[in-house]
Amino acid sequence: MSEITPDLVRHLGVLARIQLSEEEVERLTGQLDVIVDNIAKVSEVATPDVVATSHPIPLQNVFRPDVVGDQLTPEQVLQNAPDSADGRFRVTAILGEEQ
Amino acid sequence: MTDLTRLSAAALADKLVSGEVSSVEATRAHLDRIAAVDGDLHAFLHVSDRALDVAADIDRRRMAGEALGPIAGVPLAIKDVLVTTDMPSTSGSKILDGYMSPYDATVVARSRAAGLVPLGKTNMDEFAMGSSTEHSAYGPTRNPWDLDRIPGGSGGGSAAAVAAFEAPLALGSDTGGSIRQPAHVTGTVGLKPTYGGVSRFGAIALASSLDQVGPVTRTVVDAGLLHDVIAGHDPHDATSLEEAWPSFADAAREGARGEVLKGLKVGVIKELPDAGFQSGVSTSFRSALAAMESQGAEIVEISAPHFEYGVAAYYLILPAEASSNLAKFDSVRFGLRVDVPGGTVEDVMAATRDQGFGDEVKRRIILGTYALSAGYYDAYYGSAQKVRTLIQRDFDEAFASVDVIATPSAPTTAFRLGEKIDDPMQMYLNDVTTIPANLAGVPGISIPSGLAEEDGLPVGIQFLAPAREDARLYRVGAALEALLLDAWGGPLLDRAPILGGGR
Amino acid sequence: MAKDKLMDFDKALELFEPVLGFEVHVELNTKTKMFSGAANPAHPANHDAAPNTLVAPVDMGLPGSLPTVNAEAVKHSISLGLALGCSIAPSSRFARKNYFYPDLGKNYQISQYDEPIAFEGRVDVELADGSIVSVPIERAHMEEDAGKLTHVGGSTGRIQGAEYSLVDYNRAGVPLVEIVTKPIFGAEDRAPEIAKAYVQTIRDIVLALGISEARMERGNLRCDANVSLRPRGQEKLGTRTETKNVNSMRSVERAVRYEIQRQAAILAAGGSIVQETRHWHEDTGTTSPGRPKSDADDYRYFPEPDLLPVAPALELIEELRAALPEAPAARRRRLKAEWGFTDLEFQDVHNGGLLAEVEATVAAGASPAAARKWWTGELTRIANAQGREASDLATAADVAALQSLVDAGTLTDKLARQVLEGVVAGEGTPQEVVDARGLAVVSDDGALIAAIDDALASQPDVLAKIRDGKVQAAGAVIGAVMKAMKGQADAARVRELVLERAAAS
Ligand SMILES: [Mg+2]
Ligand SMILES: [Zn+2]
Repeated sequence: MSEITPDLVRHLGVLARIQLSEEEVERLTGQLDVIVDNIAKVSEVATPDVVATSHPIPLQNVFRPDVVGDQLTPEQVLQNAPDSADGRFRVTAILGEEQ
Repeated sequence: MTDLTRLSAAALADKLVSGEVSSVEATRAHLDRIAAVDGDLHAFLHVSDRALDVAADIDRRRMAGEALGPIAGVPLAIKDVLVTTDMPSTSGSKILDGYMSPYDATVVARSRAAGLVPLGKTNMDEFAMGSSTEHSAYGPTRNPWDLDRIPGGSGGGSAAAVAAFEAPLALGSDTGGSIRQPAHVTGTVGLKPTYGGVSRFGAIALASSLDQVGPVTRTVVDAGLLHDVIAGHDPHDATSLEEAWPSFADAAREGARGEVLKGLKVGVIKELPDAGFQSGVSTSFRSALAAMESQGAEIVEISAPHFEYGVAAYYLILPAEASSNLAKFDSVRFGLRVDVPGGTVEDVMAATRDQGFGDEVKRRIILGTYALSAGYYDAYYGSAQKVRTLIQRDFDEAFASVDVIATPSAPTTAFRLGEKIDDPMQMYLNDVTTIPANLAGVPGISIPSGLAEEDGLPVGIQFLAPAREDARLYRVGAALEALLLDAWGGPLLDRAPILGGGR
Repeated sequence: MAKDKLMDFDKALELFEPVLGFEVHVELNTKTKMFSGAANPAHPANHDAAPNTLVAPVDMGLPGSLPTVNAEAVKHSISLGLALGCSIAPSSRFARKNYFYPDLGKNYQISQYDEPIAFEGRVDVELADGSIVSVPIERAHMEEDAGKLTHVGGSTGRIQGAEYSLVDYNRAGVPLVEIVTKPIFGAEDRAPEIAKAYVQTIRDIVLALGISEARMERGNLRCDANVSLRPRGQEKLGTRTETKNVNSMRSVERAVRYEIQRQAAILAAGGSIVQETRHWHEDTGTTSPGRPKSDADDYRYFPEPDLLPVAPALELIEELRAALPEAPAARRRRLKAEWGFTDLEFQDVHNGGLLAEVEATVAAGASPAAARKWWTGELTRIANAQGREASDLATAADVAALQSLVDAGTLTDKLARQVLEGVVAGEGTPQEVVDARGLAVVSDDGALIAAIDDALASQPDVLAKIRDGKVQAAGAVIGAVMKAMKGQADAARVRELVLERAAAS
């Protein structure tokens, strides 16, 4: 029914930064296929005239005054860091480039 | 001397205020209870080593004549989805093993300010994804009514802790039923507030537009007392509502007098046929309605034609938002890091997320990534958001003719551990009755309606009210609770098996 | 890296029509960040903050944290939208742009996608010859900046070959307005100049609004330049490249010129342009390819569930519109008249992108002529030599203070240039440099007279000549005195005193 293939699952794993094993890819492909077949029914009633609801309780213009607060100390910032150096988080080499 | 752990929070608070009992005594009683039974239950992921100090401080302040809140000194269990500065916060995941938050969730800060004594952090499905607490990375919690059965989920730990008298009060979170469904299967009370009624700041996000923190207790008044502590506007949460709330404990006390049932219009959804429910669940539901009718309530059939699309919409919106909310667990700033020799940071992130997340979390992240990805957005996420509108319209129409809607809280009583773990879709269908409230933002409460005749396990009845009418749920819930307690001759939980003798 | 083949610019223009587009990011100078109460490093008070000292939970994506919208940043964004001639959306909303990168604490950027706060505008850009080019604006939207990565190890300090990287989240969450133009047609051989003038105009606008420090060197204002070429007579647009990291107005001009020449060479040789981001290298004046666009660029945008729509009241919009500073063209006409500059003098200031600096310097007390002289003269000279922007070298207050020291006779022109060097080198205010370097003119007549008497005594022949009325002979004595005073004397005063002392002795 749905278009879930192992290749698609692999691609989704890349997008989601999860290193899926082949066994996981296979299992997820089958499971997602069933799930997607079940949930695709939303499109039956989602006609163009129906507006989408993003927030259950509609509010707007909720702003914060431009006043400094909630700042963490550098110790708090780094308190759970897996690795750090010079007051900054340390990560292994990055391939690619800044966005 | 009375067993302090059997007291409701309201009763315990009375004894604390009168000086008959100290908070240290109450806290020690609950810590002892945890020590005695939690080996069997595994409701707690962490037990605080500061609880007695906190309790002693409350006692000192009370002695000094300080004005304390109405439930100061009462012990509290905290679902591990809420961040705390003095205890680890893992959300049931290995990826956050040992994580210490530099700040408290707003509900935790308010609980501390109200003098509640945090006992520990309760077990949950990993990142609140599940209906059985079997998806906790730290092992499942067991149902105090039957240790081979699930305590519901995702907040199985909080519900089991309360049901097993390890704590009189617990905090939960409810994204699609995670407070109400565990209440249903454990014979306890749980309420999901109106979306925005309680701050989400410091609740580790599952699905931001669905998540709501709420009380998990044994009585409706107790739920109101805890709700009074945590409710109200929080500038840290933009979706938090600004209005002042009435006292929910007062609403519950008023409801317990029963007059609210006279002329109350209770809507029953015609599209939720008995066929989908375990017979004992249906029977218990019908008899609860009959009891209400006997006191003057009017049962009205209503139509909610789009509720049947709720599960589908929910399992698109939730994974989509979750896939984004859970992107922050990437090994850079906190949490697990898996070393990949010679690997780039991308490799490290992907390996960490593969190892740190459990199967259900990965399944939903992949599903959500799919629902949002280019070319699928309109068919899936976009359509699901439209279903949300349709369900809200169903609610609006229903509430034009009824005061509350009643449903069974879940289709079945507690199922056996492992029974549905390999069939995600079956697990998802378990949330059919609770999900519409999250999609529409309306409040919902589950209170015990009895035991199912075929298995003797607890059943809950759910009431739903229009947005911002949480107090109505307390009135109606307390009224039915009083009625049933009379009929039963005591709390349902008195009939639960005695724990603590080992298995 | 292989060197790009370039086609002669004029030849390229003969064969191809360039189509431009710009995305300019403006960092707002609010006190706090876009989505948190942490202090904003783009506010002048926080320039020198140590790493990870300006961080709130949401800036680093801590579990349980939530964003909240800075009211002031919204107002600034509306003002900027209005100044760009845009319509302000009756309702706009935030969206999440999902991608993993270590500088992005939440691994999504909160931005605006399908409903930006401002859309459909137009900006008039004045070129050096006084002609006006109207640049169509597609949208201006609010978003947050990312943190800062430092690449350590390897030879270049760049990302390639680095051993590891360090992440500082101070900049994460800084309020940004991204201004996106529509395709700009008809630029022809003026394309590089239009590019520069456009960025300059945006800078003038945000400075006039007072909503950003707008210092390109600091990244307060960043330009991505899109360039595509299409063969003459072709309707369909060519494939475009997006050149990033262009952090001065001069480089914007050079980068556009470079891309036109590079793309023309490829197309003329029968090749095709790869749609990609390219990086501008200030040192070599070249661009190099970044990552090609791929299906990994699936940002999975969806409405930000943690934030609510922004629906500014009409009264607020009108209030902000009424408070807008005058339009750049009107402002230029007014300033030119007020300052009494010739066309040439005024163009000099305008083309240097120094209107705001001169205006501020005049406001700080300097004469228009003096302000112009410093900014288009010495500061521009230093800027060119150092490959920086003159506006980044000193503040208007510094320049005005410097001129007032000259006017007071404390500094000669020559000394003033030395003091300015000190200011540019970061040694402090002009007065601080004067004090630290001991550069003030010796205005103590006693010290001067002693030196003059010495000089006259050692040159009796000169003294005699002066007495004989050969006043020009005084030059030799003046020279000796100035030398003795290490140049820190007012030559006119020395001359006066020499004549006085010669007559008296
Ligand atoms: Mg862009
Ligand atoms: Zn941008």
